[in-house]
Amino acid sequence: MAVCVAVIAKENYPLYIRSVPTENELKFHYMVHTSLDVVDEKISAMGKALVDQRELYLGLLYPTEDYKVYGYVTNSKVKFVMVVDSSNPALRDNEIRSMFRKLHNSYTDVMCNPFYNPGDRIQSRAFDSMVTSMMIQVC
Amino acid sequence: MEGLTLSDAEQKYYSDLFSYCDIESTKKVAANGRVLELFRAAQLPNDVVLQIMELCGATRLGYFGRSQFYIALKLVAVAQSGFPLRVESINTVKDLPLPRFIASKNEQESRHAASYSSDSENQGSYSGVIPPPPGRGQVKKGSVSHDAVQPRTSADQQEPASPVVSPQQSPPASPHTWRKHSRHPSGGNSERPLAGPGPFWSPFGEAQSGSSAGDAVWSGHSPPPPQENWVSFADTPPTSTLLPMHPASVQDQTTVRTVASATTANEIRRQSSSYDDPWKITDEQRQYYVNQFKTIQPDLNGFIPGSAAKEFFTKSKLPILELSHIWELSDFDKDGALTLDEFCAAFHLVVARKNGYDLPEKLPESLMPKLIDLEDSADVGDQTGEVGYSGSPAEAPPSKSPSMPSLNQTWPEMNQSSEQWETFSERSSSSQTLTQFDSNIAPADPDTAIVHPVPIRMTPSKIHMQEMELKRTGNDHTNPTSPLLVKPSDLSEENKINSSVKFASGNTVDGYSSSDSFTSDPEQIGNNVTRQRSHSGTSPDNPAPPPPPPRPQPSHSRSSSLDMNRTFAVTTGQQQAGVVAHPPAVPPRPQPSQAPGPVVHRPVDADSLITHTSTSPQQIPEQPNFADFSQFEVFAASNVNEEQEDEAEKHPEVLPVEKASDPASSLRVAKTDSKSEEKTAASAPANVSKGTTPLAPPPKPVRRRLKSEDELRPEVDEHTQKTGVLAGVLTSQPPLPRSVGKDKKAIQASIRRNKEANTVLARLNSELQQQLKDVLEERISLEVQLEQLRPFSHL
Repeated sequence: MAVCVAVIAKENYPLYIRSVPTENELKFHYMVHTSLDVVDEKISAMGKALVDQRELYLGLLYPTEDYKVYGYVTNSKVKFVMVVDSSNPALRDNEIRSMFRKLHNSYTDVMCNPFYNPGDRIQSRAFDSMVTSMMIQVC
Repeated sequence: MEGLTLSDAEQKYYSDLFSYCDIESTKKVAANGRVLELFRAAQLPNDVVLQIMELCGATRLGYFGRSQFYIALKLVAVAQSGFPLRVESINTVKDLPLPRFIASKNEQESRHAASYSSDSENQGSYSGVIPPPPGRGQVKKGSVSHDAVQPRTSADQQEPASPVVSPQQSPPASPHTWRKHSRHPSGGNSERPLAGPGPFWSPFGEAQSGSSAGDAVWSGHSPPPPQENWVSFADTPPTSTLLPMHPASVQDQTTVRTVASATTANEIRRQSSSYDDPWKITDEQRQYYVNQFKTIQPDLNGFIPGSAAKEFFTKSKLPILELSHIWELSDFDKDGALTLDEFCAAFHLVVARKNGYDLPEKLPESLMPKLIDLEDSADVGDQTGEVGYSGSPAEAPPSKSPSMPSLNQTWPEMNQSSEQWETFSERSSSSQTLTQFDSNIAPADPDTAIVHPVPIRMTPSKIHMQEMELKRTGNDHTNPTSPLLVKPSDLSEENKINSSVKFASGNTVDGYSSSDSFTSDPEQIGNNVTRQRSHSGTSPDNPAPPPPPPRPQPSHSRSSSLDMNRTFAVTTGQQQAGVVAHPPAVPPRPQPSQAPGPVVHRPVDADSLITHTSTSPQQIPEQPNFADFSQFEVFAASNVNEEQEDEAEKHPEVLPVEKASDPASSLRVAKTDSKSEEKTAASAPANVSKGTTPLAPPPKPVRRRLKSEDELRPEVDEHTQKTGVLAGVLTSQPPLPRSVGKDKKAIQASIRRNKEANTVLARLNSELQQQLKDVLEERISLEVQLEQLRPFSHL
């Protein structure tokens, strides 16, 4: 159900970002970029506690008029940011969580590939197809 | 599609081409790969080819049907003739030469163009290997190419002499022949205009060219470049080109491919692995792979760590992106290591890629671990096939741990496997795996903490009821405020009765197995001869019992109080119904003391019981009518079909009476047996004035009992004769202790009353349950609204 999915590395550069092509992609890129601040804020807020206790799913980062931005952080500080369309009322928190979980799994699969160097852009076809399936759901 | 008119020559030519492309012998659909090869061979710019494909509708359809193919060919001819590509041009352009395809034919084929017939069976024989032109062509090619092949093979350091290879050399030969011919004509676009499709070599496998974006090796061979490239490609090397991997090349495979030597390895690959299917691994190939596996990992059941595999396959000089994709395909369980099966699959894919076959998007069936025969399935589930694979996620981690630092975490692996399941449709257990996965991941990732809604028990179980009972008893003892206790003199008794009544009511409400619990209650109630249990549904002490929702107990209490008042007021004879507060609950039935009289009349009451029960719920709110002993008399007078209220009231009255008489047995028995009777009997007396709440809180009956006992006692003698059974029963409640001689009858009466009380209370129970459900629904809706509002609170 996402209109934009992004994977941000620990150093806050994108490893993967993809949007529904019909929209102005730059706008989504900007939203993802601005959401990084919110992600950092949430991480630091929760960071007082042990990392283990910190939940991976960050929840709604910030809503705009048309879209909502959700965040998810892995233990290695790799961030997943998802922009979803607000017009879909049926989208519930659990669904977002499941989508992030799928993202995380696919990301793990990419990591497992010895030919993938961490820090490279993600070019895995399986990852692409998974993201496509998530985005197509929405549309 | 637009209508297409073809000349005879064109028709024949096109059909030949179509059959050429129709490798699957479907006669209807041309294989996309072949078609694309064909088009590329037409030496048209890429965009033109795409445009042609669009125009002919194949892009829309996704495949090349015969008509699309013909139109496409026509457009090729149009394009080659220099005309702009238009849909209408297919018919308007006259005298188009037949589309020309480069180097497609060898001279022999050209000779046989005319006799070119669709030998799809030939194609079948070389399944997917080389675009096998008609068998004839092949044979000829074979003969012709043999020479070409020989030097080539030798140049490649291969062993052409292998007998196994020879028959299969023709396929490989075709590319060679092709090359040979291509060299000759070198540019020969015009060479064989019509000869017929000839083997179109697609070393590049452009059919899936989209996937080989990063194909550096073959980049130079993209269609646009003119023929020279073909030629150059042909010359290139060692590595490439054995286009069709035919099953043969066993020997090549067996040639030791020194890991260090990429070229030799490539050569070997080149001649190795045909794809019959097209991804099937032959035995020779497999043996070769196994040998290679051993060089890295001596233990065939072990794993090759990702790093080692990376080095190994990097030697193949394939681009990293492709190797990455190969890895994705072959690492079935996504654990970062390769089992023997996975390794073979990966190797096979590398070889295929080297030979020009594009990588599939999904792992072909023949390469899936399950299909590969492994020595051992002990270690890794993925070796054992589907079932085994489903188990592999769990098995893999432990099995791989020894060989390498497994990258898997349990849950990601399971996630991966679940995704694998999704990917490979033939995995039928995907749904199972997914469910497993979900269930497994939940504990593994507690952070997400997605909690399944746990149904909260709404209806108190027997245990609950017992608890409630206990609590009530305790409460009752400590609760002097119970309306039942209004009467100081009877306070203790009332308490007891209230508790019993409460218990009964609680049971009725709580225990959905009302009948069972209900019957059990009387026992308990009965056991409490002291009547320490109040059946008052109105018991204000209900906080203790968990489930029962806030019952109309307050009303009960109110009613009971009213009843109490009434009962007090009704000290006169007929006010015996002052059992007021006795809820219709089953509470200890009026003791058999009352029985003697009532017993006789009970049978008469049977009819009225029904009405009694039905009205009992109605009577709940109407406490005042509850304990109206006058009804007993009325009932006695009218019998049957008394107002339900009467019944209801009578019921409770009966209950207490019975209760007094014979708590335990009478309650049960009375309830079950004489319920009807009791009810009718009760209804009569509890008629007009009190026809309210038989279902009224259980306490009523208790109260009634109390009062009935008290009040009825004096009347016992009177009513037993007048009111008949019920009245007698009711009145005899208190007298129970007195009328020893009437025990039997009293017991029977009490039994009946208990039954009546049972039914009444059952109704009350059902009603309360409904109320409970309603309240719960409201609660759920409110919770939903709350949840909906929650996200906003986070903003």
